[in-house]
Amino acid sequence: MDGIADMGGTPGWGPVRPPRRDEPVFEEPWQGRAFALASLSGRIAFGGVNLDAFRHALERLDRAAYLDDGYYGRWLGGAELMLADSAVLAPGAIGARARNLRGEDVEEPPIPEPAVPDYAPSAEGSLRPVDRAPAFAVGERVRTKAMSVPGHTRLPGYARGHTGTVEVVQPAFVLPDTNAHFRGENPQYVYSVRFDSRELWGADAEPFAVTADLFENYLEATS
Amino acid sequence: MTPTDGGPGEAPPVALRTEALEQLLTERGLIDPKVMNEIITTYETNVGPLNGAKVVARAWTDPEYRRRLLQDGTAAIEELGFSGSQGEHIVVVENTATTHHVVVCTLCSCYPWPVLGLPPSWYKDPAYRARVVKEPRTVLSEMGLELDDDVRITVHDSTSEVRWLVLPERPAGTEHLSEEQLVPLVTREVMVGVAKVAAP
Repeated sequence: MDGIADMGGTPGWGPVRPPRRDEPVFEEPWQGRAFALASLSGRIAFGGVNLDAFRHALERLDRAAYLDDGYYGRWLGGAELMLADSAVLAPGAIGARARNLRGEDVEEPPIPEPAVPDYAPSAEGSLRPVDRAPAFAVGERVRTKAMSVPGHTRLPGYARGHTGTVEVVQPAFVLPDTNAHFRGENPQYVYSVRFDSRELWGADAEPFAVTADLFENYLEATS
Repeated sequence: MTPTDGGPGEAPPVALRTEALEQLLTERGLIDPKVMNEIITTYETNVGPLNGAKVVARAWTDPEYRRRLLQDGTAAIEELGFSGSQGEHIVVVENTATTHHVVVCTLCSCYPWPVLGLPPSWYKDPAYRARVVKEPRTVLSEMGLELDDDVRITVHDSTSEVRWLVLPERPAGTEHLSEEQLVPLVTREVMVGVAKVAAP
C-alpha cells in the first residue's frame, strides 16, 4: 500500500539518530503494555496470529498517528484498529474509557455484535512448503512489477519497475497481499533480489547494492 | 477510524489509551494481565542482543560453527537455543575487509528478535528507514562508521519474513581471547551493520 509506512527513499527526515548505549527495551511502562496488547490483539480480533493483517492496520493509520505516537503508540493504534474492524470494540470505546480514567464522566458505548473475519491459519508462523519448483533461479535477471496495489503488499515503492538479479532463493512463505485481507495464504517462494544503486536511484547514486526479499508474484522474467 | 475517534476534544495521550484498552479487554476476560506481564518480562530480560553476541563469538572461535551459520543461519542459531517469533528463517551474512552488509526494514521495522531482541530506536526511526537504502555510505558516516571507498556495501531490506543478521569481522588483537571474553565486544549495532567491533 502506498502511504506513510513505505518509507524507503523518501526525503525530508533529517539526520539519523545515533545509537544510545544501554537504551532500555521500553522507555516508559506504557510501551511495554502496548507491545503486549498488540501482540495479543490478533487472537482477540480474529482468533489467530496474522502479522500481515497487523502490518496492514499499521499502514492504515494516518500520518500523524503513525509518526507522532512513536513506535509503540503505532502498535497500540494498529491493535485498536484491528479490534474495531472485528467489532470487538465499539467506535469511541477507548476514547470514552480514557476520559473516564482521567476523571471525566462520559457515557461509554455498548459492546457491539462482533464481526470477526473467517480466519484459520494452516500452521504456526509463515513458512509453508509448496510442491512446485521456484520460477526463478539464482543469477537470473528479473524485473519487479510496476504495480501499485490498494491493499497490503510487501513490494516497496522504490523497488517497483526495476531490474535486478536473484541472489538467493529463499523458502516459500504465506503471501502477505492476500493473507492480510483474510483471502488465503497462497504461499510463494521469496527471492532475495540484488539491485544496483544506479538502477534504483539514477546515475549519480552512491555505488552500492540493495537486496529486497520479494515474493514470486512481484517478479517477472526479463526478455 | 479508530475506537478513539468520536469523542469531543483532543485524543487522549497514548499512555492513557493503553491503560483504557487494557482495562476494557481485561474486564471482558479477553486478556490476562499475567500473560501480558510474561510477554513484557521476556523481552526485557531474556531476549536481547546478548543472544546474538553469543552466536557471533561462537562463529569467531569455531570455524565449523561459522560454516554452518553462514550456510543455514536458522539451524545454527537454534543449536545455541535461540528461536521463536521473528526468527523463523534467519540468514547470516559476513562482513569482511572489502564487503559490508547493513540491514533495514523500509516498510516497518522487521528485525531478528530471537538474536537481537526488540529493535532500538535508531532502527525504527524514519530517517534510518528512508535513507539507508538510498545513501548508505552517508548514513553510516553520520552514525560514526567511515568505510573506505573500495568497500562494497550491500543493504538488505527485510521486505518479507526473512531476517538478516550480520556476522561482523573479528577485530585484530583478539586472538588470545576466549569465546566468553569475546561476547561483550559484540554490540547490536555491529550485528545490524552500522558499526564495527571495537578492539578491547
